[in-house]
Amino acid sequence: MRLGDLERAVMDVLWDRGTPATVREVADALADRELAYTTVMTVLDRLAGKDMVQRTRTGRAWSYRPAASREAYIARLMLDALELTGSRDAALVRFARSVSGSEAEVLRKALEDEAG
Amino acid sequence: MVHVSHLAAALAAGYLGALLLTRSRWTWRSPRSAIVCWQLLGLALGLCAIGLPLEIGLAPYRAAVGPALVAFARDLRAGALPPGMTAWRGALVLVGLLVGVRLVAATVTHLVHTLRARRRHRDLLALVARADPAAPGALVLDHPSAAAYCLPGMRSTVVVSAGTLSLLDREQLAAVLSHERAHGRERHDLVVLPFGALCRVLPFAGWLHAARDAVSLLVEMRADDRARQAHTDGPLAGALLRFATASATPTPAGALGAAEHLEARMDRLVISRRRRPPRVRAALALAATAVLAATPLITFLS
Repeated sequence: MRLGDLERAVMDVLWDRGTPATVREVADALADRELAYTTVMTVLDRLAGKDMVQRTRTGRAWSYRPAASREAYIARLMLDALELTGSRDAALVRFARSVSGSEAEVLRKALEDEAG
Repeated sequence: MVHVSHLAAALAAGYLGALLLTRSRWTWRSPRSAIVCWQLLGLALGLCAIGLPLEIGLAPYRAAVGPALVAFARDLRAGALPPGMTAWRGALVLVGLLVGVRLVAATVTHLVHTLRARRRHRDLLALVARADPAAPGALVLDHPSAAAYCLPGMRSTVVVSAGTLSLLDREQLAAVLSHERAHGRERHDLVVLPFGALCRVLPFAGWLHAARDAVSLLVEMRADDRARQAHTDGPLAGALLRFATASATPTPAGALGAAEHLEARMDRLVISRRRRPPRVRAALALAATAVLAATPLITFLS
């Protein structure tokens, strides 16, 4: 299994739970994949390094939660795609853009929620 | 001083050439030649901007910029400058070098920002985008707005939103996907990149921004042409039209020009598609810009 797929599976677990989870809890949720505890820990570490998850200490264990909702990440990608971020840094090459004023508002709002 | 007059003339001609090429419309019928012209023109302008102050500053050496610069560095270390090498000439040499450093630094900075933003985008895509049999070879983002784009890189990724899937029929989507794959295969992001970097150096030079927009549009037209080779004109034009009419309000702030671009591309696909490519004009423009780019190179070396 590729690392990217693992990261995605772990994020899906965290998003579906809605509450912070420990490494053990994530590993249990992915029991059908038969992943080693240390593998799950490594993946969570990587995700924390990329600021995709946030880590808090509860008792002796660390627990993890997504830094933002799945919808917020999609909104961020769409803002890049629709060139609404005001920067052209990602330099994507687009076919065409189509977005109504209200859609743009909703997307910007989603991004602010994520930042806040 | 003969070199100086060459470079000054090349710089002026390059600037006028950029203005001319921005306004030209033959370019729309031959986007590939026009893109090459723009690259040569950009190279010429950059080299002239570096070379002109150096050439004036190093005039006492009566040599090409390259050898003269080596001789100047040697004399500077030895502490014995030739007569006529005054302080203001030294200052001009410094200006030339600073322009060079600034151009290289801006390009590197722009590249680093771009790569970082793209990596972040790629990381997020890996977490939330999905494959979909409706869009073979592309990733799908579950969002109702319509977007189709290419994330360029060593392995370019084509992405469409769920809104695009519901907006377009199967043929239109296939045409859009080949358009995007053409962007990735021909690395159109690298074609536009130097102009983005130049806009960073001179943010208030309106003609540079106009040049970047012109190149961006040419790149879209080139990708349209690639898509037309694989599909008929109809689906591509249909897809453009649907994108153009899907938004309830005009283009939002920060995306100005997109509507005009759509109109120009539609015109090419629907109205002027039978006009022949402007072979003579394209050949003349290529020759002129090649001479412009060669001028500073020759004055640097001989």
